[in-house]
Amino acid sequence: MMYWNKPSECMDRKKLEELQSQQLVKTIERVYYNVPYYRNLMQEKGIMPEDIKGLEDLSKLPFTTKDDLRNNYPYGLFAVPLSEIVRIHASSGTTGKPTVVGYTREDITTWSELMARTLACGGASKHSVIQVAYGYGLFTGGLGVHYGAERLGASVIPISGGNTKRQVMLMRDFGTTVLACTPSYALHIAEVMKEMKVPRSELKLKYGILGAEPWTEELRKEIEEKLGITAIDIYGLSEIIGPGVASECQYKNGLHIWEDHFIPEIIDPKTGEVLPEGCEGELVFTTITKEGIPVIRYRTRDISSLNYEPCPCGRTHVRMHKVLGRTDDMLIIRGVNVFPSQIESILINIGDTEPHYLLVIDRVGNMDSLEVWIEVSENLFSDEVRKLESLKHRIANEIYSTLGLSAKVKLVEPKTIERSQGKAKRVLDRRK
Amino acid sequence: MTVKQISVFLENRKGRLAQVTSVLSQNNIDISAISIAETTNFGIIRMIVNKPELALKVIKEAGFTVNTADVLAVEVPDCPGGLHQVLEIMYDNNISIEYLYSFVRRPSQKALILFKLDETDKAIKALKKEDINILSSQEVYEL
Repeated sequence: MMYWNKPSECMDRKKLEELQSQQLVKTIERVYYNVPYYRNLMQEKGIMPEDIKGLEDLSKLPFTTKDDLRNNYPYGLFAVPLSEIVRIHASSGTTGKPTVVGYTREDITTWSELMARTLACGGASKHSVIQVAYGYGLFTGGLGVHYGAERLGASVIPISGGNTKRQVMLMRDFGTTVLACTPSYALHIAEVMKEMKVPRSELKLKYGILGAEPWTEELRKEIEEKLGITAIDIYGLSEIIGPGVASECQYKNGLHIWEDHFIPEIIDPKTGEVLPEGCEGELVFTTITKEGIPVIRYRTRDISSLNYEPCPCGRTHVRMHKVLGRTDDMLIIRGVNVFPSQIESILINIGDTEPHYLLVIDRVGNMDSLEVWIEVSENLFSDEVRKLESLKHRIANEIYSTLGLSAKVKLVEPKTIERSQGKAKRVLDRRK
Repeated sequence: MTVKQISVFLENRKGRLAQVTSVLSQNNIDISAISIAETTNFGIIRMIVNKPELALKVIKEAGFTVNTADVLAVEVPDCPGGLHQVLEIMYDNNISIEYLYSFVRRPSQKALILFKLDETDKAIKALKKEDINILSSQEVYEL
């Protein structure tokens, strides 16, 4: 069994909980004195930092949501001056404004440590050649995995996403042993490899470290068969730190959450009540070591459950179930977070006062495809084909510049899209 | 001097066109001219009918997206060069044609061409100067 940091990963649970309590108290003090938003919120609720003595007081604290981050755009929740921030990442928001996170030098060190653990947990080591096919840039995927892989001492190929034929060529020529990307992209690479007639025997690939989107056990089986690898699920979100929040071990039975840095809870998404072990509900995280932007009880909107039973791998950290779904209408298409409301704002901006639309998501040739059906209202309609065609292109361009996703736009007749109780159905997800 | 054209958005699906003509027939509306522009997944019906206001209302009520456009109805002799003479006038006056469609009336040996233009007023002037006959709405409906 390969650990990156055995003392931390296999820490006695009682000690781990003590550590969490201490770190929680420090974090609450820090946000109270350094983040006006949290100070005001705690004062409103009548909570003083000294009221939080340990883990048992966690549930007294208010939740943080994606909206709170957006309302404090861009730097409002930072707990340090910008001079201490060495990196800024952002993820897409629901209305165009992204969610912004900042890292201090120490945060980058923590993140690299946690990603190194994650990679080791998934089977990588300093002898690995890791091809990072997550996107590099504002998205945390590429750089997060990159820093962790370097920390691990592996040889990193920072190829980023796209150009699949080149991915296959380098994978063969450079002797890649670990592929890091989204599960749907891994499957696409397998397909392209087959088209290029590159035999599996020419590859040294052993592991896939796959995340950034929910995927099923069926998809795992398919990827493992087609690429001849062990496929490991990893979990993370930029609001918490990026990739490296949790990872499966070789037993592939739940993802170990790195509890010496994050405290997980499962709550009832309707009441906010904390649910007991094993119950399905919304996953909530409190960061206890982060400096740049500590977050208190962040509601991920991801549905999961927690399992504290000891794992045969020897790690003591709690395991979260593979993400089971979402509590909101967020979609993940080719690793990009998409809210139907983003499409709606685009249509309104284009002059469609009451847009009726449907996002049809499918998996074509193992790649997610997005089709946007739009009912042609009188405002949009023209008797000239040229104008309707240019309308289609304009919408597709707007979607691309807002989401970075190419979509196929289809114009349909009024009332084509099903209405349920007066409200239109916005999403038809044919993947799965 | 222009004629009201009814334009209807249609998806390329079986039976959609018949749905429109059925509504018109039930309301006793006569179609004088019709054309369909098609693309890979949608089409636009363009037609001249004798009761445009009523047609607009009933087609809309049937759940279609419909609007009206002003087109120019030009009469040309049904013989070689008939259409060409008109197009030459358009070209000489730098008028762009968005689309056109036509139909022929046998007894009078005349053809009717319907034009959607970028500069309709300019075209009317230019055609009149060359003594080309432009039909009014009433004349078209009575054909």
